[in-house]
Amino acid sequence: MQSHFVLLAIFAFFVSLVFAVIAKDEARGQLRFGGLMFGGFIASAVVLGWLMYPFPL
Amino acid sequence: MRATAAEDSQSGTLVLLCLASWAIPGAGHLWLGRRSKGLIFLIALPLMFAIGVAIRGRLFPFELSDPLVGLAALADLGIGATYFIASALGYGGGEVRAVTYEYGNAFLIVAGLLNMLVVIDAYDIAMGRK
Repeated sequence: MQSHFVLLAIFAFFVSLVFAVIAKDEARGQLRFGGLMFGGFIASAVVLGWLMYPFPL
Repeated sequence: MRATAAEDSQSGTLVLLCLASWAIPGAGHLWLGRRSKGLIFLIALPLMFAIGVAIRGRLFPFELSDPLVGLAALADLGIGATYFIASALGYGGGEVRAVTYEYGNAFLIVAGLLNMLVVIDAYDIAMGRK
């Protein structure tokens, strides 16, 4: 398991899950909140990855 | 006098609740009857910690001379009994040359920090704020 993207997705899943369960009481609200957070994690990682692409580090 | 004794008893119960919630992720919620939330924390947080260990993350030592290492150690400790079990079994040595080393550290640190949030959530529920 060395894929950065897979590890990022697993990390985002766990963090979104815990935050959703803490923040919301109903299953529907938890799904919505967790899904939005997970999507936000993945989308921001992809966008930031492309923004950093031109910089040779 | 009775009110004071009752308050003492309640604060003692709260301390026990927070300690249980810290030692075993989700135990506080299970204690308070929030079974589904408690079970999710009980499975998700130790699993996240285990993944961190499996991908060669490091359980940081308490070195106060290096504040960032000390803070990382405090965050690692947030997961409770799982930290001590992993340490006792010799896990969490970390492999700095592994590609996944930094990811492992992030998993371990964030699992501990999330468990601290879970403890605060259990405290809020016990206080009737949620």
